[in-house]
Amino acid sequence: MSIPAQLTHHLATALNVLLASLAVLGGRARLGADEAELVRRLKRGDEEAFMVLVEHHQATMKRLARTFVRSPELAEEVVQDTWLGALRGIEQFAGRSSLRTWLLTILVNRARSSGVREQRSVAIGDAGPAVDAGRFDAGGAWMSPPRHWVEESEERLLAESLAPRIWAAVEELPDRQREVLVLRDVDGLTSDEVCTVLDISEGNQRVLLHRGRSGLRSALEAELGGV
Amino acid sequence: MLLSRAELVCQEVVELISDYIEGTLPRSQRRRLETHLSGCEHCSEYLEQMRATIRLTGRLRTSDLTPAMRDELVELYRRWRAEAD
Repeated sequence: MSIPAQLTHHLATALNVLLASLAVLGGRARLGADEAELVRRLKRGDEEAFMVLVEHHQATMKRLARTFVRSPELAEEVVQDTWLGALRGIEQFAGRSSLRTWLLTILVNRARSSGVREQRSVAIGDAGPAVDAGRFDAGGAWMSPPRHWVEESEERLLAESLAPRIWAAVEELPDRQREVLVLRDVDGLTSDEVCTVLDISEGNQRVLLHRGRSGLRSALEAELGGV
Repeated sequence: MLLSRAELVCQEVVELISDYIEGTLPRSQRRRLETHLSGCEHCSEYLEQMRATIRLTGRLRTSDLTPAMRDELVELYRRWRAEAD
């Protein structure tokens, strides 16, 4: 009787050790050596470390805040509030996510709880097709195919100000699509990071990204392809 | 052998393009989509445009930390330190 019990105990201990090492490895994988050092400095109250964090993440935070609140002043307040929240919370930061994911999660919580968001959300399934149904024939083949504009867009982005027109099109997207699209395609977050930050499922993230990108392509086609 | 399923039509392809770019399509669906793309110049054009859209959006990234904002955040930090001590 006692042998199996002891064996069970050993197995449980080995399993715990294994799980702990995996957790450490996982944590390290997410938190690079530089970032771990930055966290240590932040916890020591190093002002320079705080400014490094600001340099790295302020622009992304502002863009994300602007997807929640239209007014630049209110967005600025949400960002400042996030920095204060981060300063208060850094002591408890355990490195289970990257600093960026952690900061952006704080920001989303602040933005949502501040209730400043205008209620213009569209349900995920209600966004319509990627391309207007009228451009396909009854069999689903292109009747009015996409006009060619890719090379022209590169030229115009360099030569004149296409960027403000793209931003305007991004601003026109429904809120939830805009949040996902900005985080993924402007700021380069992974889908996992976006799911964590916005607290949405992987499936919803994919649908919102698909809708957002499709909407933006249509806008670019209208701008450049003359449709 | 899997049963061969009906070929995708353009209108279905445009709904799958983003998942295709993301690499999240199941293998069988990815094959059907690639078969369609190899024979359809319009959908190939559409795929290029979606890739261009993502590329162009990626170039919107700017880091606009002005000296004034920087000063403001230094100030915020020092105030917080003063209160915390």
